[in-house]
Amino acid sequence: MTFVDWISAPVNWVFTIIGLVVIFSGFRVVTSRNIVHAALYLVGALGGTAGLFLMLSAEFVAWVLVLVYIGAVIVLFLFGIMITRAPTGLDESLNSDHTALPALLASGFFLMMSWASIDAFGTQVIDSTGEPVPTEIIGESLFGRFVIPFEVVSFVLLAALIGGITLARRDLSPAEEEERSAV
Amino acid sequence: MLLSQFLVLAAALFAFGIYGLLVRRNIVLILLSVELMLNAVNINLIAFESIWVSPEAIGQIFAIFVITVAAAEVGIGLAIVLMIFRNRKSANVDDLNLMRW
Repeated sequence: MTFVDWISAPVNWVFTIIGLVVIFSGFRVVTSRNIVHAALYLVGALGGTAGLFLMLSAEFVAWVLVLVYIGAVIVLFLFGIMITRAPTGLDESLNSDHTALPALLASGFFLMMSWASIDAFGTQVIDSTGEPVPTEIIGESLFGRFVIPFEVVSFVLLAALIGGITLARRDLSPAEEEERSAV
Repeated sequence: MLLSQFLVLAAALFAFGIYGLLVRRNIVLILLSVELMLNAVNINLIAFESIWVSPEAIGQIFAIFVITVAAAEVGIGLAIVLMIFRNRKSANVDDLNLMRW
């Protein structure tokens, strides 16, 4: 398949546009000098990923991603940024000064992984019809074959809930305790 | 659509995550980079699912599990960051030198 064949399919235009958005947002997440902007660029990267999931006929996972990540996790991150009183303006010291070795490592990893995937799956075509996988199948699978992992994950969430409360609550000093019981 | 175009995109996102993990100084931003890496893994799972279609949509189920665990991880991670900030008055990894020699 030549590049002209590849680019003449409209679905690949969509991929190119979404891919550029994802790459740019991902790059800005790790390089932005403004901490709030970095969190908001993550929304771009995740929204683009949800678009890719829609292209790959994974409709349910795409909306789960939008709800859980963009709806909840980003808000949690913004709360974290505000609570730790991070400098919300431009901050030159947000990145370490030693960027050469991490950049080398990351680009080496990227080259290795992309070489490996092109070498292994070079011309394998996804002949997706664009029909989303029915949510019914996911539900039956989740509560059929994967019901024990599902319960384990629910236990993980419960543990995270309790752990989060225990870690984040502040223990009162004896004076404060007395004051509170007096009221 | 080729399978490898999705895999290369996911590899790029994962590489950005590695870079951010090593370069960022603020703990919240390090957690943000971890989210980027988990997201790259999800792209791989969904892409492989769409090429080797399984009757039970196993790839999508795994992606949902990854998303759930990532949400739990962010909750706990931010609670720990809050604790550290309360004790050390900083959310900067360079200031956390208590266990260094």
